[in-house]
Amino acid sequence: MTESKREERAILVKMEDVHLAFGQTQVLKGIDLEVRKGDAVSIIGPSGSGKSTILRCINGLVTPQRGSITVGQTAVHELKSEAERIPLRKRIGIVFQQYNLFPHLSVLENIVIAPVRIQGVGRPEAERHARELLARVRLSDKEHAYPGELSGGQQQRVAIARALAMRPELVLFDEVTSALDPETVGEVLAVIRELVADGLTSILVTHEMRFAEEISDEVLFTEGGRIVERGSPASLFHNSSNPRIHSFINGLGSGAKTRESAL
Amino acid sequence: MLNILTFSRVPSLASSTVLPVLGGIAVAGLLWSFFEPESAATLLVWTPYLARGFAMNILISICAIALGSLVGLILGALELSPRALIRFPALVYVQIFRNAPHLVLIFATTYIFPFEILVAGLRIPFPDWIKATIGLAIPASAHIAEIVRGAVQSIPTAQWEAAAGMGFSRSQTLRWIILPQCIKRVLPPWMNLYASISMGTALASLVGVNELLHAATDASTAVQRTDFTVAVYLTVLVWFFVYCYPVARFTQNLERRFAVR
Ligand SMILES: Nc1ncnc2c1ncn2[C@@H]1O[C@H](COP(=O)(O)OP(=O)(O)O)[C@@H](O)[C@H]1O
Ligand SMILES: [Mg+2]
Repeated sequence: MTESKREERAILVKMEDVHLAFGQTQVLKGIDLEVRKGDAVSIIGPSGSGKSTILRCINGLVTPQRGSITVGQTAVHELKSEAERIPLRKRIGIVFQQYNLFPHLSVLENIVIAPVRIQGVGRPEAERHARELLARVRLSDKEHAYPGELSGGQQQRVAIARALAMRPELVLFDEVTSALDPETVGEVLAVIRELVADGLTSILVTHEMRFAEEISDEVLFTEGGRIVERGSPASLFHNSSNPRIHSFINGLGSGAKTRESAL
Repeated sequence: MLNILTFSRVPSLASSTVLPVLGGIAVAGLLWSFFEPESAATLLVWTPYLARGFAMNILISICAIALGSLVGLILGALELSPRALIRFPALVYVQIFRNAPHLVLIFATTYIFPFEILVAGLRIPFPDWIKATIGLAIPASAHIAEIVRGAVQSIPTAQWEAAAGMGFSRSQTLRWIILPQCIKRVLPPWMNLYASISMGTALASLVGVNELLHAATDASTAVQRTDFTVAVYLTVLVWFFVYCYPVARFTQNLERRFAVR
């Protein structure tokens, strides 16, 4: 967020000329992006333009056919097997539109399972950290609840706490408010706003334009597998000459429309 | 007799059709033995011998379901492997043994395995009841593999993706995330299978295992009276019924409760 010093911060994620196809369908057609430590970079764009796929390339859930991706010192495009991608994924948190909490585990267990089972953190330490995170997302009273007993907004805040439990260097947010009732969108955005203010490095796919404008260091607009425009929030939202961006942003004008287009 | 006691191809058939029929016959038999006080008295004398036989049925059924579950769980996981080289042999095993007559498998295991094995110069006997257990565990493992595979595939792929995103490997995801969610779905068919196996243990009598049906034949041969023969085989039916029916009912209750959710 500290705009003046942005150029001095180290680059954490760098994608160059990334091409990806699912079978015959070209989904990404040359993606370049750079995220610096402490950045909040937002990706906006119509449905099907490849936003989720960009995020999934970064943590190795999908593998592009061409181009290079580096996260810190790791050359993601050179990782050859699932086993080699696991250390990368431990460093990157991801939060999904549909929360995807584990329904058989309580809130606390959802948060500690990865640190305990995957990172080998001791249970007392993992639980202490989990309670700290629950306080941060304002759900301290819900640690014994099961996901099915929570509202969408509460579940999504648990999902954020779960992603943070691994102490990630980077968190990917994929339309995390698109499935929520309008009343609960605000509580989730408030949590993300705080995390970004505290220096979390994040990439957010979102349809919440006002929010993206407020918190982002850079905004990217994707269409048809390409980044067709990028820049500061002010330049993209207010000074863009691209008519596609205008119509896209205006089309999302009301909150109801936002959710419609996400479905 | 054999038809009734063989596994039904569809496990749930065991509880829905066979057991009520068994129950009806059993109740009729009990009534009948009241009118034949002499055979009832002889039956009492033979009861401890029959009970020892039935203990063997229970032992075989528990060992077979335990072994079948362990192997079936592993096979089910192998069936889901992304590698064809691992998946294919498991699929072949499951298809073959899910459709093999259980009596044939019991005969096969009885005559394929030696009566004793030599381990480091030590002769360890390999009793027939263990061979029969293996004969029953083989088809059980194939059924359980299918039950496990179906349950795992019913869990949304988003759960796999969420776990992968956190750095879980495939086997860790299966162990910590997927299988625990499958238990609810697997329990009813698993218990149905157990009821089927319990009834199938009577097949072991045909390869000389001294279980309940075998004991009943012994008793009938020794006493040499038609009314007693009828009474003793009806007793066999009653005991199987009393053992299997509660399992089947409990399963039905579980199924109903899970269906509501
Ligand atoms: N696993 C997949 N297999 C095949 N096609 C996919 C897969 N994932 C995404 N796609 C396709 O890739 C395109 C981009 O998808 P996505 O990245 O999810 O877009 P967005 O997040 O911008 O809505 C869509 O046309 C979608 O249908
Ligand atoms: Mg998407």
